[in-house]
Amino acid sequence: MNARAELPVSAPGTKADTGYIGKSIPRANAKRLLQGRGAYTDDLRFPRLAHVVFFRSPHAHARIVSLDLSKARQSPGVIATFDGHAIAEYCTPWVAVLSHLKGLKSPAQYAVAIERACWQGEAVAAIIAETRAQAEDALQLIEVEWEELPVLTDMELALDPATPVIHPDLGDNLCFHRDFTTEGVDDAFARADLVVEDTFHFGRHTGVTLEGRTIVADYNPAQHSLTVYQGTQAPHMMQDIMSRHLNIPEANVRVVTKDVGGSFGIKVHVYPDEMATAAISVMLRRPVKFIADRLESFLTDIHAREHRVRTRLAATKEGKILAFEIDDLTGIGPYSVYPRTSGIEGNQVVNLTGGPYAHKEYRARLDVVFTNKNVTCQYRGVGHPIAVAVTEGIVDLAAQKLGMDPAEFRRINLIPDDAYPYTFPSGLKFELLSHHQCLDKLLALMDYTALRAEQTRLRGKGIYRGIGLAAMIEVTNPSPAFYGVGGARISAQDGATIRLEPSGMVTVLVSVTEQGQGNDAVFAQIAATVLGITMEKVKVVTGDTEVTPYGGGTWASRGAGIGGEAVLQSAKALKSNILDIAAAILNVDKGTLDITGNEVYDKLTGATKMPLSEVGRVGYFRPDTLPMDFQSELTVTRHYTPRGYGFTFTNGIQASLVEVDPDTGFVKLLKHWVVEDCGTILNPMLVDEQMRGGIVQGIGGALFEECLYSADGQMLNGSMADYLVPMAGEMPDMVIAHVESPTKTSELGAKGAGEAGTAGAPAAVMNAINDALLPLNARVSSQPFTPEKILRALGKV
Amino acid sequence: MKAPAFDYARPASLAEVFDLLDRHGDEAKLLAGGQTLMATLNMRLSQPGILIDITTLNEPALTGIRSDGATLSIGALVKHREIERSAPVAEQVPLLAQAVPHVAHIAIRNAGTFGGSVAFADPAAEYPACLVALDATIVLVSRAGERKVPARDFFKALYETDLQPGELVARGEFVAQKPGYRSVFMELARRHGDYAIVGVAANGKVAGGVLSDISLAYLGVGGIPVLARQAMAVLEGQAYSTELVGAAQRALANDLDPAADLYSSGATKMHLARVLTGRALAALAEGA
Amino acid sequence: MSGKRQTAITVNGVTENHAVEPRMHLIDYLREECGLTGAHAGCEHGVCGACTVRVDGEIVRGCLTLAVATDGRRVDTIEGLSDTGEIADLQKAFHEHNALQCGFCTPGMLMAAQDLVREMPNAGRDEIREYISGNYCRCTGYQAIVDAIETVLKARKEKSGASPALKVVK
Ligand SMILES: Cc1cc2nc3c(=O)[nH]c(=O)nc-3n(C[C@H](O)[C@H](O)[C@H](O)COP(=O)(O)OP(=O)(O)OC[C@H]3O[C@@H](n4cnc5c(N)ncnc54)[C@H](O)[C@@H]3O)c2cc1C
Ligand code: FES
Ligand code: FES
Repeated sequence: MNARAELPVSAPGTKADTGYIGKSIPRANAKRLLQGRGAYTDDLRFPRLAHVVFFRSPHAHARIVSLDLSKARQSPGVIATFDGHAIAEYCTPWVAVLSHLKGLKSPAQYAVAIERACWQGEAVAAIIAETRAQAEDALQLIEVEWEELPVLTDMELALDPATPVIHPDLGDNLCFHRDFTTEGVDDAFARADLVVEDTFHFGRHTGVTLEGRTIVADYNPAQHSLTVYQGTQAPHMMQDIMSRHLNIPEANVRVVTKDVGGSFGIKVHVYPDEMATAAISVMLRRPVKFIADRLESFLTDIHAREHRVRTRLAATKEGKILAFEIDDLTGIGPYSVYPRTSGIEGNQVVNLTGGPYAHKEYRARLDVVFTNKNVTCQYRGVGHPIAVAVTEGIVDLAAQKLGMDPAEFRRINLIPDDAYPYTFPSGLKFELLSHHQCLDKLLALMDYTALRAEQTRLRGKGIYRGIGLAAMIEVTNPSPAFYGVGGARISAQDGATIRLEPSGMVTVLVSVTEQGQGNDAVFAQIAATVLGITMEKVKVVTGDTEVTPYGGGTWASRGAGIGGEAVLQSAKALKSNILDIAAAILNVDKGTLDITGNEVYDKLTGATKMPLSEVGRVGYFRPDTLPMDFQSELTVTRHYTPRGYGFTFTNGIQASLVEVDPDTGFVKLLKHWVVEDCGTILNPMLVDEQMRGGIVQGIGGALFEECLYSADGQMLNGSMADYLVPMAGEMPDMVIAHVESPTKTSELGAKGAGEAGTAGAPAAVMNAINDALLPLNARVSSQPFTPEKILRALGKV
Repeated sequence: MKAPAFDYARPASLAEVFDLLDRHGDEAKLLAGGQTLMATLNMRLSQPGILIDITTLNEPALTGIRSDGATLSIGALVKHREIERSAPVAEQVPLLAQAVPHVAHIAIRNAGTFGGSVAFADPAAEYPACLVALDATIVLVSRAGERKVPARDFFKALYETDLQPGELVARGEFVAQKPGYRSVFMELARRHGDYAIVGVAANGKVAGGVLSDISLAYLGVGGIPVLARQAMAVLEGQAYSTELVGAAQRALANDLDPAADLYSSGATKMHLARVLTGRALAALAEGA
Repeated sequence: MSGKRQTAITVNGVTENHAVEPRMHLIDYLREECGLTGAHAGCEHGVCGACTVRVDGEIVRGCLTLAVATDGRRVDTIEGLSDTGEIADLQKAFHEHNALQCGFCTPGMLMAAQDLVREMPNAGRDEIREYISGNYCRCTGYQAIVDAIETVLKARKEKSGASPALKVVK
């Protein structure tokens, strides 16, 4: 291999030519979306398309005594009606467990419930009609007799022996339990000068992707093949699952994912109604479409959070943190969600609490319990928003009790920047983090000192501003340790195929998917940079299991880091092959050649030798002119698996400035700052926008969003009018800055950035509110922080 | 969810509207801006047999903003956005002008109508509280002719008004703002454009710091907009002071008995109503 | 009774003739009858703004507008505004600021943005935020959208000299 032919893509500390990498280049694929000419799944057109709707349980827990679909079957336009038994003949049930979450248990779940419904919204029958409206007309004609069963909505009661067990076969309502402790934790609390404690509550919320879950399943009986058009983050995972549960050979299942209207973790799970849609396509031998409309989304898209975390912190009077202790309880609904399970979020809380700090002792207890609400599972941030809020909330409280400035207190306790690699008490290994650089940069960026002075000045005038900090770590680029080792068929590796087209253009096919993050764009930037070609010569294709290499898709902030490295390696290999051909054509030493500006040139003289179109022409159409023993290879595939560390951790710190109106309990968000270290920055604009979007989602959880349930398990605010998502009017401007500590686990050096905003924002906002409330002797720790909760804390209501 | 099947008519005159109402009775539903009705139909909350689209009626009784200097009338079919843009409204009914920007969002204000809002009578809607505060008159029309009802008598209970079968809201009539009078509209909504947790529509005379003829109407505190008669009585003829405000706030206990909504308890609403009262009175007293 | 009605609606300058059920809202009409899939339905309850289109020049919620009620009227969608070049500058600014991620809200957002630019040429950031407060975007956090619109407001103002308000509100 000729080293000189390889471009140094990441050269830390130098200002070497990095091509397009590190530049804020607008996304090419955004143009069609700007003209309304995207191809979301519902935009696709199919002959003989049928529409399925589901009859959903109005009860949170009830046995189906009888289900009469006969009248619905007669309704105009209706093609078929099915109950759970009929669907189960074509789609086997699943059990969502992972062997590395020891003891995690969950019952078998059917695509359509067969005996009883365990949450309000669980599908119990399917109606298929010529139009969606007709199918809905028929829904009203279904006759069901229900026997209502005891409903468990309060997770605090789940493990009470007096509480009925939702799934009697499982013995109790405990899905998963974990204890973790270091040896010296009791001692640390015993010898601490200060022990602070608080209990933090996190409301249940959900993703509210603007495009609802959408699937068109198209079964071809002649080939026993199924093509699924689905807005999913993980096409290959869905291919595997459809194949196994519908008993269709894997290679006969094709999952095509075109444009996706937001995902955030919502679209990475197996949904019963989507599985049923695929089964129905097989049953009816025609394309069938299902869209979760907005009312269904609230009842069936996975929910997340709903944790109660009792938290303690031990510190010395000098301000050294000695230990953290948490007790986390989370209610996940009646099933662990397939195939990732619903134990991961709590597990993450256990893994990550205390994350940025250099304490040595830690104890955690986790109980994941079943309830009769909608299921919860991984949604943007997964556990991080909880772990960060718990950590940063208790850290602020400790600083306050010690009379120390919160920034100073953090400085004392953050893991030193020269301590890496570092093993954290929970066992996590950190490769390289930059907490102190980030803290310093943040304080300068926001002019912390001036803000504190202003805060004091305004307090004199009865204006209550608060400044909240939140340091954090984030799991990105997960290795197989996340799911694979537990037995889940979820790929931790990804692949990229790159093909030189005869015209000199390049097609890049990647197994990572795109839902607006800009993965396609950074793949193009990487490919163009490595290959020495201009951006408009690159076309990226993702989201088709029949076309791209095999891979995990997009989740856990892995797309750019893992997919990007696969593209990098693939592009390097293709470049080498291109230069082989050019060298053969020119009859020169390959080492003298390189590519820039779409042309092969002589590195010694700088002279242009030939355009890539010439390489393509000869390689494809005149290989006869090449030496007898030479075979051109203008398509190359490379894969990448993160190794060495279970996760590539990133770190960052956020700050929020708020003003609390103590009369109304309203919180005004004035500004938000972030300094984030996601390693090599591939496209600063896209990273910043990931941060901003993530922050606003985090703010949603902190201030607005909560899935409210009545005691009998009815969701009370399951519409967009009632479930409050952040809108433009109330959101702050956000200032984003970076520290770059590339990971050495890949040549690209990129870590993930998709979830950091969501992970840290709630903690920053919470701390800012509490900072504002401090002179009023009030404190809140139950998200979302509604005006009412703040007024209560102030003793005004 | 898609709307249930219904028929649709777009009558050309009020007479045709009455015919359709007679013919279809309970099965018929008037369609104005559709900004409430269509949303509820898209949830299949009701199943009307026919929608009677009144938006293109060219009847003077229901259209346009008119003023003779003493009275300003707003036709039922006038859109929120037209009220927002109206110079006569800003001048003669400043309370309403202050309230309109709080009604939903621009695209909704482009379609939603004055009459629709009055007829639907959402307890958290802005117009009904303004109408009550200003002691405006609601003109109803049926085949039998017009009937005038004081706004203070029109709103009966949650989503229930004095509208009789076969009747439409034709327009609202407001006495043009008199010299020395001021108006303040304030509300607290979690997000811009949302229905408010609570709001207050305040109007009255301020002369030399003395308040008189003050009216305070609250939205979001019960089934209907509530006129705070006890608090108003406390204020009558008094000089503005913090003590006076306190007394009015305390008196609200006899005027309001707010029920909880999804996010706020009755007690929170009561508290917020008092806070807004203080702010509204301060704004009134300090003047524009 | 609730049978189909013949409609003639001018969509992006072209008269479309379709028989539709009275219950069909304008977004389903555009998508299913006209094959124009640019306008999206995000909620069908008037809340999210993804369905924002123009009827007779004013932006409305397509999901709360019946297709039969727009019979004889003019409807403009993102596809039309793109083809005429009316919003080319907004599209460019959105692109350059990455004021879209998944893009599902974008057609509606651009309709609202164009309305704002026409109605309030002097809008500041807070007014921009207020104007688009009826359009939900889950991806961007809004700031890039505000930046993009602000850029276009400035550019259009410079282009037209002073500040010739088409229609000034307030
Ligand atoms: C997202 C969203 C937010 C909103 N926020 C607010 C808000 O903050 N404040 C607010 O006040 N409103 C709000 N609205 C409602 C909006 O103002 C509506 O426009 C209004 O309530 C109804 O007017 P409409 O013309 O759309 O009536 P429609 O929806 O057409 O009709 C509503 C009801 O009134 C009846 N009706 C209509 N006109 C007449 C008439 N002339 N005579 C008799 N009956 C009639 C109809 O039969 C129907 O029952 C919101 C709506 C949405 C979708
Ligand atoms: S789809 Fe019309 S506002 Fe959401
Ligand atoms: S870009 Fe995804 S909703 Fe706005």
